[in-house]
Amino acid sequence: MEMNQYMSIFIDEANDHLQSLNENMLRLEQQPEDISIVQIIFRSAHTLKGMSATMGFEDLAALTHEMENVLDLVRNGKLSMNGNIFDTLFKCLDALEAMVQDVINGGTGKGEVTELVERLKAIVKGEDGGKGAAKAANKEQAISASLVLDQYQLSVLSQSMESGHRAYYIDVKVREDCLLKAARAYMVFDVLERNGEVVKAHPSVQEIEQELFERSFSVYYITQVDEAVLRDGISRVSEIESVVLTPVDRDSLAELGRPQASSVSTSDAIKETAAATESAAPAAAPSAENGGGLRAAPAASSAAPAGNAAPRTIRVDIERLDSLMNLFSELLIDRVRLEQLASEVRRNDLTETVEHMARVSADLQNIVLKLRMVPVESVFNRFPRMVRDLAKSLDKKVDLVIIGAETELDRTVIDEIGDPLVHLIRNAVDHGIEPITERIKAGKSEVGTVHLRAYHAGNHVFIEIEEDGKGINRPKVLETAIKRGVVTVEEAKNLSDDEVNMLIFAAGFSTADKVSDISGRGVGLDVVKSKISSLGGHVSVHSKLGSGTRFSIQLPLTLSIIAAMLIKLGSEKYAFPLSSIVETGSVKRSDIRTLHGNRIIDYRQSIIPVVSLAALIDSPDYRDDDETETEMIVIRKGDKLAAVLVDEFIGQNEIVLKPLGKYLNANLGIVSGATILGDGQVALIVDPNALIK
Amino acid sequence: MAEEMKVIVFTLAQEEYGIEVDKVRTIERLVPITRVPKTPAFVKGVINLRGIVIPVIDLRGRFGLPETDLTENSRIIIVAANDLEVGFIVDSANDVMDVMSDTIENPPEVLGGIKAKYLSGVAKIGESRLLILLNLVEVLSRNEIIQLEQFGE
Repeated sequence: MEMNQYMSIFIDEANDHLQSLNENMLRLEQQPEDISIVQIIFRSAHTLKGMSATMGFEDLAALTHEMENVLDLVRNGKLSMNGNIFDTLFKCLDALEAMVQDVINGGTGKGEVTELVERLKAIVKGEDGGKGAAKAANKEQAISASLVLDQYQLSVLSQSMESGHRAYYIDVKVREDCLLKAARAYMVFDVLERNGEVVKAHPSVQEIEQELFERSFSVYYITQVDEAVLRDGISRVSEIESVVLTPVDRDSLAELGRPQASSVSTSDAIKETAAATESAAPAAAPSAENGGGLRAAPAASSAAPAGNAAPRTIRVDIERLDSLMNLFSELLIDRVRLEQLASEVRRNDLTETVEHMARVSADLQNIVLKLRMVPVESVFNRFPRMVRDLAKSLDKKVDLVIIGAETELDRTVIDEIGDPLVHLIRNAVDHGIEPITERIKAGKSEVGTVHLRAYHAGNHVFIEIEEDGKGINRPKVLETAIKRGVVTVEEAKNLSDDEVNMLIFAAGFSTADKVSDISGRGVGLDVVKSKISSLGGHVSVHSKLGSGTRFSIQLPLTLSIIAAMLIKLGSEKYAFPLSSIVETGSVKRSDIRTLHGNRIIDYRQSIIPVVSLAALIDSPDYRDDDETETEMIVIRKGDKLAAVLVDEFIGQNEIVLKPLGKYLNANLGIVSGATILGDGQVALIVDPNALIK
Repeated sequence: MAEEMKVIVFTLAQEEYGIEVDKVRTIERLVPITRVPKTPAFVKGVINLRGIVIPVIDLRGRFGLPETDLTENSRIIIVAANDLEVGFIVDSANDVMDVMSDTIENPPEVLGGIKAKYLSGVAKIGESRLLILLNLVEVLSRNEIIQLEQFGE
């Protein structure tokens, strides 16, 4: 069987399930009593197991199988979660993630799981020790009465029937020549679980997955979906010979209850089971009553969108999106060219057509750019787990509050922003939040809070990391900066508070007294800053001693198409990103004065430096000294302004960013990239940040 | 066993050079080149090759030969090696030739001013024709550019 074509689906889905496992485990840790979360975790683990087994990743399957055993006990109220179980399960998730990562990298997905499996087994045994007999009895019962429902399952059935669900007894038979019975069965279960809930299966789900069944299996099932829809869904799975749906009503349910009662009286061992189930009943019953309604609700609500949503989204290879983007950018270049030609030709119908095309392509541009937008959630969702582990290892209590995870950013930005964020969050937890004793001493609550916020503003996305820790100790920062030679004593005197804060981003700076393995190696924050600048972003920090620090990252919405001002310099054309232009205007040569050897002008009651672009780029055929009046662009970097002298303005344009090619990338300097103009020529994009010191 | 390999033949200062055909993307006529400031003199700038921005270098300048004005015959050979795509400006490019691997000899120690490390061999074709085969990895090596930059500063 050709597995490769399923591999990418497996990887995608495995990642999704791992993510959901992680998220729900964290939620469960907050509310350990909530059985509905256990149900979700169980289902994810279960699906993952089925997928792994089908793809032949035995270690993955083995580990998930044991996890499932533990979770099964929990969801049936036979085991309650405790710290040890949480830790073990989290370790399991790490191991699973490592194995899936291995698969992604082309490995065999093998991993050392025996220890974890033993630990899980110990948990199952440890809690189940007294009821060992019950387990044996369970088996016996399974053999003697193949599809007998226990009381819990009966009550689930009857309750869901009361709340308007339909119950069915479904008998599925696979074809004789079916090669992968387990896979087909898994697909059937997939259909079933999407539309409702399997109450009981025979043979057991585990046995079915290990292909321990002949040709047919049967389930008790509750759903709100129509019988016909269900039958149709199951028969659509290939290699299924027949599906028999028998509705279960109240009378037949009562009958179902009876054989169990009689079977109890036949065997002592089974009596014990009954006792065991009864002892578990008080725990299970309320959860069934509350959960019954609750569970029905999510099932119903998830069924409805699933019906609509499933065909509405498709997975698309990122490369295809990239090539779509490339093709579109060529179209954009041609559009600009056509507009130029049309204005030269001056024919009405041509101009109209070109204008219409321009409008359509503007819409198209919006859609193409939106296609590449991804919610920051995909980066944020690994942080809760990270913060939890960090806080644990540092013996701190930290709450991570995520706001605005649905904010969308270009995929290229998303890919790059992960590492800087990891670093800032580690920093916040390690250096920002104080140890518990210190917090109590300072009169704060012992749980520190880290806010992770994302929001749109104008053409930018802001990501903020704010904690309520000790804040930046400015005198100490200054002292270290001077010691490390980042600033001189003289310079230090003139720095504003925010400028002092920014010193922590300087290369080779670290204020941590102790070097820990989490952060504080003195590399990092400068890397964070340069990474963010390379994305066209900007990072700033605000801090109040004693009450916390806020890091704010400003990022461009997209990196591929920007609005720019095109200018001419003799025979050469350059582009300035519009986002950093404050104003354009002209300046008389006589207004440019020199101050201490630097050329400056008066600009709206302040004095700003003058930069000659022609001198900076060694323009071959333009000198601004010859002119009496020069055009200028006032640009901004942070709160600093500068006037850049240019020859002539061409106009404002949407331009497509193109890299200069690897060969030249390292020596870019004042050029940040290139774009292709309407006439097919390449124009270089000036990096305004490099013009302001 | 002698293997046959195809090379693109181009000329540079009256001498004939060869590049393996599978390293060559396309051969273009001259197009307008946009100068990139603060680069070594032999980097002529960047061109638009069907929507992709590609740097071009003057091979004469790279090899330390005197640069001449571009003519009707000048061509830009786009090569791809080391993950890099670069255009070479050459005097002319007009032939594809089969070269038997057993006719290729190691480059002589001193060869017309061009450093031997830029060459991978010399193929003898017929009685009097010599074809100089380029070592693209060295020609495209960025080390020298980086050195030049540091020197410039």
